[in-house]
Amino acid sequence: MVVDTSTHTTKPSIGDYLRNNIREYGLLVALVIIMLFFQFVTNGVLFRPVNITNLVLQNSFIVIMALGMLLIIVAGHIDLSVGSIVAFVGAISAIMLVKWGLPAFVVVPACLVVGAIMGAAQGYWVAYQKIPSFIVTLAGMLVFRGMTYVVLGGRPIGPFPKDFQILSTGFVPDFLYFLNPSPEVIKNMVALVAVLALVGYAIYAGLRDRRINEQHGTENEPFIFFAVQMAVIGLVALFIGFQLSTYRGLPNVLIVMGVLIAAYTFVTTRSTIGRRVYAMGGNEKATKLSGINTERLTFYAFVNMGVLAALAGMIITARLNSATPKAGVGFELDVIAACFIGGASASGGVGKITGAVIGAFIMGVMNNGMSIMGIGIDYQQLIKGLVLLAAVFFDVYNKNKGKG
Amino acid sequence: MDNIILEMRGITKTFPGVKALDNVSFKVREGEIHALVGENGAGKSTLMKVLSGVYPAGTYEGEIYYDGEARRFSTIADSEHLGIIIIHQELALVPLLSIAENIFLGNEIASNGVIHWPQTFARTQELLKKVGLSESPATLITDIGVGKQQLVEIAKALSKEVRLLILDEPTASLNENDSDALLRLLMEFRTQGMTSIIISHKLNEIKKVADQITILRDGGTVETLDCHKEDISEDRIIKGMVGRAMEDRYPPREPKIGDTLLEVKNWNVFHQHHRDRQFLHDVSFKVRAGEVVGIAGLMGAGRTETAMSIFGKSWGHKITGEVTMRGQRVDVSTIPKAIKAGLAYVTEDRKQLGLVLINNIMHNTTLANLHSVASNGVIDERKERKVASDYRSKLRIRSHSIYQETVNLSGGNQQKVVLSKWLFTNPEVLILDEPTRGIDIGAKYEIYTIINQLAAEGKGILMISSEMPELLGTCDRIYVMNEGRIVAELSKEEASQESIMRAIMRSGEKH
Repeated sequence: MVVDTSTHTTKPSIGDYLRNNIREYGLLVALVIIMLFFQFVTNGVLFRPVNITNLVLQNSFIVIMALGMLLIIVAGHIDLSVGSIVAFVGAISAIMLVKWGLPAFVVVPACLVVGAIMGAAQGYWVAYQKIPSFIVTLAGMLVFRGMTYVVLGGRPIGPFPKDFQILSTGFVPDFLYFLNPSPEVIKNMVALVAVLALVGYAIYAGLRDRRINEQHGTENEPFIFFAVQMAVIGLVALFIGFQLSTYRGLPNVLIVMGVLIAAYTFVTTRSTIGRRVYAMGGNEKATKLSGINTERLTFYAFVNMGVLAALAGMIITARLNSATPKAGVGFELDVIAACFIGGASASGGVGKITGAVIGAFIMGVMNNGMSIMGIGIDYQQLIKGLVLLAAVFFDVYNKNKGKG
Repeated sequence: MDNIILEMRGITKTFPGVKALDNVSFKVREGEIHALVGENGAGKSTLMKVLSGVYPAGTYEGEIYYDGEARRFSTIADSEHLGIIIIHQELALVPLLSIAENIFLGNEIASNGVIHWPQTFARTQELLKKVGLSESPATLITDIGVGKQQLVEIAKALSKEVRLLILDEPTASLNENDSDALLRLLMEFRTQGMTSIIISHKLNEIKKVADQITILRDGGTVETLDCHKEDISEDRIIKGMVGRAMEDRYPPREPKIGDTLLEVKNWNVFHQHHRDRQFLHDVSFKVRAGEVVGIAGLMGAGRTETAMSIFGKSWGHKITGEVTMRGQRVDVSTIPKAIKAGLAYVTEDRKQLGLVLINNIMHNTTLANLHSVASNGVIDERKERKVASDYRSKLRIRSHSIYQETVNLSGGNQQKVVLSKWLFTNPEVLILDEPTRGIDIGAKYEIYTIINQLAAEGKGILMISSEMPELLGTCDRIYVMNEGRIVAELSKEEASQESIMRAIMRSGEKH
């Protein structure tokens, strides 16, 4: 009998490492290139404090929904109904706030529950009745859009009370003003301190993980990649933080978004639920035979999507200061595109939160940049479509090349 | 008969980082059945892919002579044109099309794109007759069994005027009757002058039909044996495959049998899809601590269905009967409950049902018992790493690291990962369904060794296998199933291939 006890770990060269992880680095590089490109062609408008603030406000809801959509896609499904959920929840929130005069602290949780119910209503058919999610959520998209028209009676409702608008247009107050070294330049000290602290923590945590990996003989990415990556992300973050601090500071949505990104990154990489979702998307039958309740996982993935879509719906409605029946049309496509640009696989089991977030930013920067350049919506769609195709082709090409 | 139809000279094929074939030479005489054997990864399938043009000329070194002329195939169509037809292990039939449509797929009898159906059906009928199938040409592929599907593949090959038929593991998923029928058919074709190359792990079958046997090992040709010049024993072939003689294919074991662990009584199950057809009838059996119990039977006897219906009702419906563990009645109505009761089921289909292939070894190892490496729903990576590393070294899983994706592992190592997953749930009784299917002899031996260790630790093993020698070599007791019933229980002393077959045949007469 041939017994080969080769338990050695071959150390891959830097070139190999780059090839194996080209997708992740490529995505980051693409985002930086796209940002620099638009910074250049818009004569520096892109990175102006006002515009950065707008970028965040305009794209936060895409990012928030992309978090839920990534889980859905990793689970092997799709959700086409999120744009309609956005509209319906927006309409419900308007009715509660404006018509019934309920306070925001009641309306916000109530609307999240409404979103959960809408997600559950779809999740039930997908998980327990085994109807393909494409069909269920296509139906949901039509049904919820129709319901929006019904409850609004075809007319927009607005404007909203101030406390509701804080959610989407408010800024974190500058409670650290006393630390400010030069009030002429820096208008909001909290933004600067927060970003500095965040970048500091990211570097600390990154180094700590590397050390832990080393202790356990786990492979680390080459230090040069780690360093360059940290430097790029850190500098971009610091720059953006600085720009924001010279304007009105950190938008509240940015905080919400940041917290959610952190939470979902944790869930997908460290929690048992996350692990099971990935396993289910990779092979549902094998996962089920391993004693995992795959129906329940699928069901909750849709409930979660509904809640996030409801949150996004309230943010958008508050921002527009009016609930309209046409709100959120086509959002599902931007959200799904963000996930696929970010490297999620349409057949399930593969995808990262960071990827989806970067994908959403790529879409957002392109939308914003092209709008500043004065490119019409027609060409914007055309270009976004081509970028999506190129990103996915890049994936497929790499995969095939890897197979040799 | 000494006319050489095919000669491959000095074939070398390199994949990034691996030399799959190294200077392989291979000669086939016209009108013979030539067996190609070797362990998994020895290069058999790669060699056949080079021959058939799946790997086009230019991507390998060496020459191919067919009918005495040097050939360079750049597509499969090129080789098919000359009558070289390959039937892959995974059948390439479209399940929801009819037999006739499948046979002429891509090769339709048509004029101007309009299919001539009467002629298609008539031709199909002829072809089916040649392979001994009496199905209607309009029957859908999904409605016939794997054995018959294999015959349809052969009929399809015949429709293309085949001269050299290559079969990759044709009998791997067939029961004995179907395998025999297929081998008889090959022998019949031989009398008509057709040449075949057969890749197989089943040495008894090769011995039955082959004129010559070429053995590959680690990407090189070891030797070609002529079955007409000398009497080739199975041990002789194995010696060539593994590089040395295998004295014993089954590791020895001293059974230490304890109390009854699992007992199933009057287990009745209706068919999963045909809901008013009872599939299992009053199945009762028991497994004791430290005991390896086999279930023998033909394909479709209900062995896998028995296992899966017990394991969390994963198969069938209207399930009635009693399951006890150590004399206590247990609830096995869902998979988590079955696991909790101390059961584990290692499936016969590790790629579809056993592993998440795109995930790595570590993630697969902990999947069924994730909460024990987590606290409050958060995975403790250190614990998880340790568990995976321990099983990797304990079961000798050959891989770069625990982070290797399971899709890139060999069959034997994949099976060890599935075993790790279930061992980590710490079961009392393991149900192993075809645990050595499609894995090479060396890895089989290791799997048997693991089974022996588990039995020695006091676990009960229920082993389902279609390979009778394997059951006879490893089990302390063997149940025989046929048509959804347990028809015999044989002790180690009573059990033999004959007694098992006799039990099956006799029960067939009764019902």
